[in-house]
Amino acid sequence: MRKHEQSTRRRFLSLAGSATVVGSIQLVCLRAADATPATLASSIRNVVGPAPVRTGKISLEVPPLVENGNTVPMTVSVTSPMTSDDYVKSIHVFNEKNPQPNVANFYLSPQAGRAQVSTRIRLADSQKIVAIARLSDGSFWSTSVDVVVTLAACTDEVI
Amino acid sequence: MPSALINVPARAKRGDVIEIKTLMSHIMETGYRHTASGENVPRDILTSFSCRYNGVEIFRADLFPAIAANPFISFYTVASQSGKFEFEWIGDKGFSETASASITVE
Repeated sequence: MRKHEQSTRRRFLSLAGSATVVGSIQLVCLRAADATPATLASSIRNVVGPAPVRTGKISLEVPPLVENGNTVPMTVSVTSPMTSDDYVKSIHVFNEKNPQPNVANFYLSPQAGRAQVSTRIRLADSQKIVAIARLSDGSFWSTSVDVVVTLAACTDEVI
Repeated sequence: MPSALINVPARAKRGDVIEIKTLMSHIMETGYRHTASGENVPRDILTSFSCRYNGVEIFRADLFPAIAANPFISFYTVASQSGKFEFEWIGDKGFSETASASITVE
């Protein structure tokens, strides 16, 4: 019974992703080498360097309760006038418990007009997501959001 | 076949901030999954996306396995002059796709 449910879900997922050609092989997830709070902190340091990171200016919108971790809408925006003297250079998004700490890096220009980017991400577990903005004056601003995921991405176990 | 969906307003007033929405069909295989027989499914993701407005790069993104399949990215720009937006996606296994959209600025 359980096996049958899972195979229909797989079929649905493989149909949903139009680029998918792996419908017939069973896919399961490697659970080793997850990102940890420590790797999160070190990957943030890789981007920021020794500079201080302050909270504020940036906001991260993710639904607080996510049903399906395979596709989670995310919008990140920064309060900035976006002029050639004062603009957002880049926005970096990190996670705590996916296999890799990085989610995405976005590089903006003063012509953006509005420092806001939306995308859809994967979450392998309930966890904290961190967004950091680098401004043209060299300062860094961060925010974090806690998300509860009911159906995690990539957690099909071996049957 | 990879296919892109682009949404750019056809017309805009000079100085308006416009939203650009893009979607590229792609499996975004994370490289962290394996088959029931234990074989690792190799990573196959898009690693980079960029947008140029009349030849000038206005937006770029580095993508990681944490981006959902069929990556959707939306961002903003100021409509400064009529012309063309060119989009480029680069990924694993030699993936490279481009798309373009034009805009009339009044």
